[in-house]
Amino acid sequence: MDATVMIAIFTMGGLGLIFSTLLVFADKKLRVEENPLIAKIAEILPNANCGACGFAGCHDFATKVVEVKAEPNGCPVGGKDLAFEISQILGIESKESVKKVARVLCRGDNKSAKKKSTMYIGPRECSVQAIISGGEKLCYYGCLGGGDCIAVCKFNAIFMSEDGLPMIIEENCTGCGLCAKACPRGIIEIHPIDRDVFVFCKSKDDPKRSKEVCLNACIGCGICARKSDGGIEMMDHLAIINYDKLDPSKIPFDKCSTKAIQLISNFDEKVLIEETVNSLTN
Amino acid sequence: MELIILFISAALINNFVLAYFLGICPFIGVSGKITSALSMGIAVTFVMTVTSIVSWLINYKILIPYNLTFLTIPSFILVIASLVQFVEMVIKKVSQPLYRALGIFLPLITTNCAILGLALFGAMREYSFIQNIIFALGAGSGFTLAIVLMAGIREELELANVPDAFRGAPITLIVAGILALAFMGFAGMI
Repeated sequence: MDATVMIAIFTMGGLGLIFSTLLVFADKKLRVEENPLIAKIAEILPNANCGACGFAGCHDFATKVVEVKAEPNGCPVGGKDLAFEISQILGIESKESVKKVARVLCRGDNKSAKKKSTMYIGPRECSVQAIISGGEKLCYYGCLGGGDCIAVCKFNAIFMSEDGLPMIIEENCTGCGLCAKACPRGIIEIHPIDRDVFVFCKSKDDPKRSKEVCLNACIGCGICARKSDGGIEMMDHLAIINYDKLDPSKIPFDKCSTKAIQLISNFDEKVLIEETVNSLTN
Repeated sequence: MELIILFISAALINNFVLAYFLGICPFIGVSGKITSALSMGIAVTFVMTVTSIVSWLINYKILIPYNLTFLTIPSFILVIASLVQFVEMVIKKVSQPLYRALGIFLPLITTNCAILGLALFGAMREYSFIQNIIFALGAGSGFTLAIVLMAGIREELELANVPDAFRGAPITLIVAGILALAFMGFAGMI
């Protein structure tokens, strides 16, 4: 073999050997011991790194659970079962956590929301539409229909209905809140799954304009607020629910002329039907 | 005197980031906060200085005497990679929050073009041992200066009323461009 080849091999090999030996010694001196429980817990976490727990990722959550005693039920994705497993590993009792899901608080679909006379041609993403033109609908508070929420969802829990509104599939939704963050209009909120009463509108337009631009808008009449004993407050022509004081039996749902305030269970059926239609067509 | 000129030239006039556009990725990536930017600058300066020493030794004691100059890049990369690994260990040991703040950009120093660029410049321009170290110190402090300046401006930017479309990356790149423009003003100094 050519001498240069041998020299080259030995030079690189020798350099590699020297540096790796030095690193071995450095590693022995500088190793940081990690609690073995952290690795154990990190293993059973979903590892989607969605950040719904409020920490920087699944591994960070595991570290916080072990070291600063964060609640083991902090991971909404894993739910009860995971909280139980984590508390088994840590040897502590776990508290029950209520499943949370995303709710889309706008019902201005393609049928009920009026559109501008000009057409929007351009990127469909909501984030772009919101900055450039405010979308196709006359309402500046409602759903843009671009599907940013669907794009960020890691759990296939959102799909676009035929009428152009995002629909949440409760079984898949983990309440991680990525969709809520992605929505430039802030119409997606995370609520406990057993919460039933919602105002399905975010419009702060005055009554006249609300009525003009959308059939399902909250027009700010204030009837629900007057009957609710403080459970609902009117702010900027919009009914805001205070869930701590709310008594659903006092709310006159049938008096709401646009059906903006409603029980979500009233149109659960619609979601189910759409879901089956969707799965059949796919 | 010559060494001082070399230092100033590497730090200001031929600033690695703002005149040569080397090492842009940590410059944009870790310039969110002054403290982490400063630590990044120090880490890069340390790696640069030690790289310049070791790479000079390898170049003049091994590669050139044995006619192995075709091994320049792999052997320098080896030096840099080992050093970065070492720095990573030290930072992980000394300060966990800093380790997390630097994140992926710390191991990325391995392939940081500023550092390989420095080693290769040193070999190409045939600097002496002392010159090489001064050059590395100058380049390192130039990098630190640039990234800290950038972090300072970005901290102020958080309070500024930036138009929606410019938020985040666009305004950062514009600021970097203006900063580079300002550093061009040093060009006539020496």
